[in-house]
Amino acid sequence: MKSAKRMMILLFTLAIGILVGKYLLGRSSRVPAPVPTYFDQSVTSEDSIGIGAGTITGRIIAVRKGQSIQDAVGKANSGDLIRIYPGVYNETVYIDKDNISIQGVIENGEWPTLDGQKTMNDAILYSGSGTLVENMKITNYKGNGIMGQAGNNYVIRNNWIIDAGVYGIFPQFGKNGLVERNILTGIADAAIYIGMCDNVDVRFNEVYGNVAGIEIENSRHALVEYNYTHDNTGGILAFLTQGLPIKTCYDVIIRNNYVYNNNHDNFGAEGSAVSHIPKGTGILIMAADDVTLENNIVSGNDNAGITITDYAFAGVDNANDPESEPNSDRIVLLDNFMENNGNNPVDDVKALMITKLSRQGPDIIAVGGGVGSCIANPGRYRTFGVDNFASCQVRETRRIISYMLERPVAPRAIALSEKGKMTYFGVCSGCHAYSTRLVGPPVVTIQALYKNNPRGIVDYITRPIHKRDDYPEMPPQDYLTDDTRQAVGEYMLTITR
Amino acid sequence: MMRILIFVLGLCMVLVYQFSSRDKKQHAFTLCATCPPGFELTNDNRCVLRNLYQQYESGTGDDTGVGGLKTALTSARDGFTPQQIDLGRYLFFDPVLSKDGSVSCATCHNPEKGFSDGLKTSVGIGQKKLKRGAPSLWNVAFLKKFFWDARATSLEQQMEGPLYAENEMGTTRELLLQLLNQIPAYQNLFDQAFPARESGSIELAEIYTAIAAFESSLISLNSRYDQYAHGYHKALNHYEIEGLNIFRSFVARCAECHTPPLFTNQQLAVIGVSEPDGGPLDPGAEKTYHDETLRAAFKVPSLRNVARTAPYTHAGRFDTMREMVEFYTKGRGHEVPLDERLRIHWHIGKPQLSQYEMDRLVDFLKTLTDESFMPRIPEKLPSGIEIPQVASVQISSRIQKP
Repeated sequence: MKSAKRMMILLFTLAIGILVGKYLLGRSSRVPAPVPTYFDQSVTSEDSIGIGAGTITGRIIAVRKGQSIQDAVGKANSGDLIRIYPGVYNETVYIDKDNISIQGVIENGEWPTLDGQKTMNDAILYSGSGTLVENMKITNYKGNGIMGQAGNNYVIRNNWIIDAGVYGIFPQFGKNGLVERNILTGIADAAIYIGMCDNVDVRFNEVYGNVAGIEIENSRHALVEYNYTHDNTGGILAFLTQGLPIKTCYDVIIRNNYVYNNNHDNFGAEGSAVSHIPKGTGILIMAADDVTLENNIVSGNDNAGITITDYAFAGVDNANDPESEPNSDRIVLLDNFMENNGNNPVDDVKALMITKLSRQGPDIIAVGGGVGSCIANPGRYRTFGVDNFASCQVRETRRIISYMLERPVAPRAIALSEKGKMTYFGVCSGCHAYSTRLVGPPVVTIQALYKNNPRGIVDYITRPIHKRDDYPEMPPQDYLTDDTRQAVGEYMLTITR
Repeated sequence: MMRILIFVLGLCMVLVYQFSSRDKKQHAFTLCATCPPGFELTNDNRCVLRNLYQQYESGTGDDTGVGGLKTALTSARDGFTPQQIDLGRYLFFDPVLSKDGSVSCATCHNPEKGFSDGLKTSVGIGQKKLKRGAPSLWNVAFLKKFFWDARATSLEQQMEGPLYAENEMGTTRELLLQLLNQIPAYQNLFDQAFPARESGSIELAEIYTAIAAFESSLISLNSRYDQYAHGYHKALNHYEIEGLNIFRSFVARCAECHTPPLFTNQQLAVIGVSEPDGGPLDPGAEKTYHDETLRAAFKVPSLRNVARTAPYTHAGRFDTMREMVEFYTKGRGHEVPLDERLRIHWHIGKPQLSQYEMDRLVDFLKTLTDESFMPRIPEKLPSGIEIPQVASVQISSRIQKP
């Protein structure tokens, strides 16, 4: 009975989906399916549940060759989808709005391409929550391919990023995100860099020919899964870097990844954390805690397969941070497939291995401080420094399917009266005190003038008319949104002191 | 010594005068019973900070206060009473807090100069030149560490520095208490500000609380940048938005340390700037933490009202924002003395910004100006000392320009 009901719901959803799809796509069958369909599929494949990005509630804005993507972003409202058709776009796109989706349309193998011509800084900057970027080819930028600052609920997928500067994909200060099925190469720092974020899944990406493939830095609750990281200097990193405002990096699961031949020369910029990574590094854990490695295939990495270290051994020469704990604690090494690592280790590692009567570098090396770590079946690998690791009590991490949240991070719920209050005290109170004259008339005077008439206040502050010679002219407050003005108009009539 | 004598004598005369004309002066000083702009008065007579950033969450859910445009600020010092704030205002502008009555907090934190002093390095009593510049006090309510070298962790702890430093305000705890307790007007004001107090005499903790209360009331969150951040994109022009994008891009990387919404991540950083007059290198936070890796590390300053607070760096190395910006594009460690090995911050590289880009950065920095909550300078001080040459702040500068 229950399953019949579910079947009905599924069919119904499908029917609605088809209808909506027909409505949206009726005129051009060449256009690929709109984003929500991805999320319909996701119900079965567990994709993106709880992210919210790409939920299109508004218009579809098409951008074609010769047009500007930024112009489209400027016109877009929350919930709109900006669809970019094949062509080369030379611009920096910045998104300071919530719920904007950027979707490339790939036709006959032709990608819409953002090309910075080696003169532009970044391809896409976003600060809004609910940002989706997919199907874009990005190349020749100096800064980042895609960089987020504080946007939550982000989805970055199916992008092809080649030689796009310091970082390829770099969400920063974001909560709840998904980075999947991107291909990145030629990045001078980390191709995928999760910096100071929470709750993120990084999966099904291919990263090669970068200094670092995937870096989880000062982030919490990150799942790095099914990625193919090869021919970088270092394949996958989990770091706690000093001197950043977020002081922890923990709950990182690195599993089911292919970490092959990360033996690229290090071309990182002087002073960057990754510039110290020895080539031939498969997986590197530095000062991060509660990191679990499981079922990775780590092969052909010439320095070491897995390195666990503190700052000192890693040769990091940053200023110390008294608030950053420097050790890698509670590292859990479950079964991993490791072979053919350490064929050409750096001198420091070579020296250590000689104490183990081995000239070959290790599959697993742990150096420096740290407590509470464990390893399963250590006898299978060539190891250094794991003798004090306990035997793992955990066997697998299967119960954690995703570190994304079950539902999108909601914006803070603010009652309109609260908003009115914040606005009155945060903005208006600079000129209007309750009963004394500051710059403009006191609130009591305004209350007498606009009794039961908040709209009158709203109209006035939107377009003030100079009424009284004994007061200076009021500047318009039209930069406040409509509902904010309404809220503050109402609030001002309720103030009693 | 002579100077102190003259000062004390002068003060006594003032007091005698005040005493003799007590009847007339009785109502001279009444503390304000309402909160300064930006604060809501609660039922239990406390001023609680309210601003539009309270609509948002803090970046990663905790109190970091760093992120993007719509990120909550970190927690602020608030909850002082209106009377404490207003008493702090009198104390802040009153030179009676210094040994010889010549220097007030406002001497180096002048409201007309962005609560800084416009000097490369500040000047204390007896015109003594100090080693570092006075940082702006706008938005100190949000700061967790104080002084360029981060050696204090509260405003109360911080103010003990300049008050008692021989070359700054040069007073002592004893002298400060003695002087204030001799002034009936202050006794009365402290009674108003601390109604529950038991002791009849003014105490240090009360002085500190009042000054911290006033300093915490200096809020600047209504710049044109803020209007943009809250969603009004017309608040910035095309050049300024270009500047914002350069500011947050990973080429210049300004926003990595000067992170919105406060435009500081409140961390320490070694930028490797040389001392202005070729003097010995300032060790900065190395001394605070007894850690040589922090040699020449300084607190990342907030950039709010930065256009009002030239010159820049801990010792006023640069006179203009343009020169300051240019420093960052001249290469990692290019000013580090040859005999020093500094741990230059990893975000300092060689971004090779163009002249055009640097101009745009300056355009953007100018959008961070907001002094709409400028406090009023007292017309008269409870000590009777004249306020030295502080012109009244023009009322027009208080009005927000859209």
